[in-house]
Amino acid sequence: MQALLTEGGTILAAFWMTVRLAAVSALGSLVLGTLLTAMRVAPLASLRATATVYVTVARNTPLTLVLLFTGLGIGANLGLELSDDIATNNFWLAVIGLTAYTSAFVCEALRSGLNTVPVGQAEAARSLGLGFVKTLALITLPQAFRAVVAPLGSILIALTKNTTIALVVGVAEASVRMRELIETYGDQVIEIFLGFAAGFVVLCLPMGLLFGWLSKRMAVAR
Amino acid sequence: MTYANLYERPGPRGVRRNRLLTALVAAALLAVAAFVYVRFDEKGQWAAEKWTPLLRADVWATFILPGLAGTLAAAVAGVVLAALFGLVFAVARLSEHRWIRVPAAMVVEFFRSVPLLLLIFFAFFGSFVLIGVNISAFAAVVFGLTLYNGSVIAEIVRAGVLSLPKGQREAAYAVGMRKGQVMRLVLLPQAVKAMLPALISQFVVLLKDSALGLIVGYDELVDRGLNGIAANFSNVIPAAVLIAAIFILINMGLDRLAHRLGASSRRS
Repeated sequence: MQALLTEGGTILAAFWMTVRLAAVSALGSLVLGTLLTAMRVAPLASLRATATVYVTVARNTPLTLVLLFTGLGIGANLGLELSDDIATNNFWLAVIGLTAYTSAFVCEALRSGLNTVPVGQAEAARSLGLGFVKTLALITLPQAFRAVVAPLGSILIALTKNTTIALVVGVAEASVRMRELIETYGDQVIEIFLGFAAGFVVLCLPMGLLFGWLSKRMAVAR
Repeated sequence: MTYANLYERPGPRGVRRNRLLTALVAAALLAVAAFVYVRFDEKGQWAAEKWTPLLRADVWATFILPGLAGTLAAAVAGVVLAALFGLVFAVARLSEHRWIRVPAAMVVEFFRSVPLLLLIFFAFFGSFVLIGVNISAFAAVVFGLTLYNGSVIAEIVRAGVLSLPKGQREAAYAVGMRKGQVMRLVLLPQAVKAMLPALISQFVVLLKDSALGLIVGYDELVDRGLNGIAANFSNVIPAAVLIAAIFILINMGLDRLAHRLGASSRRS
């Protein structure tokens, strides 16, 4: 217990980093995932193909490798500098990697949501003279979103847990602190693990409840 | 499923506009590719000596094949143990005894919400304090994969059993089966079959997660690629591309298998 109490400040700082990583990446993944979904159902074969290849590659590559690739490929070789501060730079690199990976799963969920929208909805929109973009943006995608609130919730919970892997690009989030604390306070391994595990339970359980409640509230009555 | 109902069939103007947009998309993709190419070229990433090692038999024999074996060993051990864990806890959560059901639910919910990396760190760095010996990186990885994926599998199997028609259970009791027999002979086989696609997707997750082994120094594919090949030939990018390609091929194969099994179980 003593380790958790004396190091309370650094532990909270580590979890704050976890929360920020998850929040920014979640926002990015929702935007990019929606864009990818639109591309996958677009009238243009080139857009569809691009999105399909992207989703297949991102979904089937281990996140560890994606993040290593972001750090080494985009960071070191493409020379992308997002900040002079190395910690901030690493933070944004981790956000890029997590977003690139998670948006593929958001796209898959949204696309299955589109499948639940009856054909008549799109046909009605077209008969009113709406084009592809308006049909998608005003009629079918909003309904798809409401259908997949629960799966999106699971994806965001997985993202929150996945932020621990950001340690491979040098972001000091919860898993890094846990490893350091175990090394310093070797006799208190169980307490330290349970403390960090509790932190994630506190983050993820309410998210699960919230999305479960939302999915019932948002469900489209048909 | 096609999405052709989302848009009108384009007329002559639409066809022209689509061609123009296709050309623009192609141009944008080419621009990105060219940018990456030039930047990588400046860093010498395209030099032949960075790529040719990937074709050498000794590189495959020293790094790639052992790495692949490490990944597959962890994944297979993880799949077998996670499936066992999942079956046991799925049945426990479905038990009619509160004292079995509630603790099982707590265990499953706990391991589902703890990041896998924390489980691996706990086992790897904590094992000496806990059991007096340092366990291997392999054991730590398999420990984490088992508990995390086992909990997810428990939920998948439980959902499968709950989705079965009530008549299945009632009919089994009616022919005189005991509780255990009903579960083992009637409910579980059907639940597992119905959930095979979801189970295989989870195995893909497990296989990808085994790449976390690199962080505790387990010799799996990503570790052998980046800390083995790339350290010897300073070719991080080519090594990462090759390893990603291997993972993608294996996972796409598993995905296809899941689709085929899903299709056949719907037919029957």
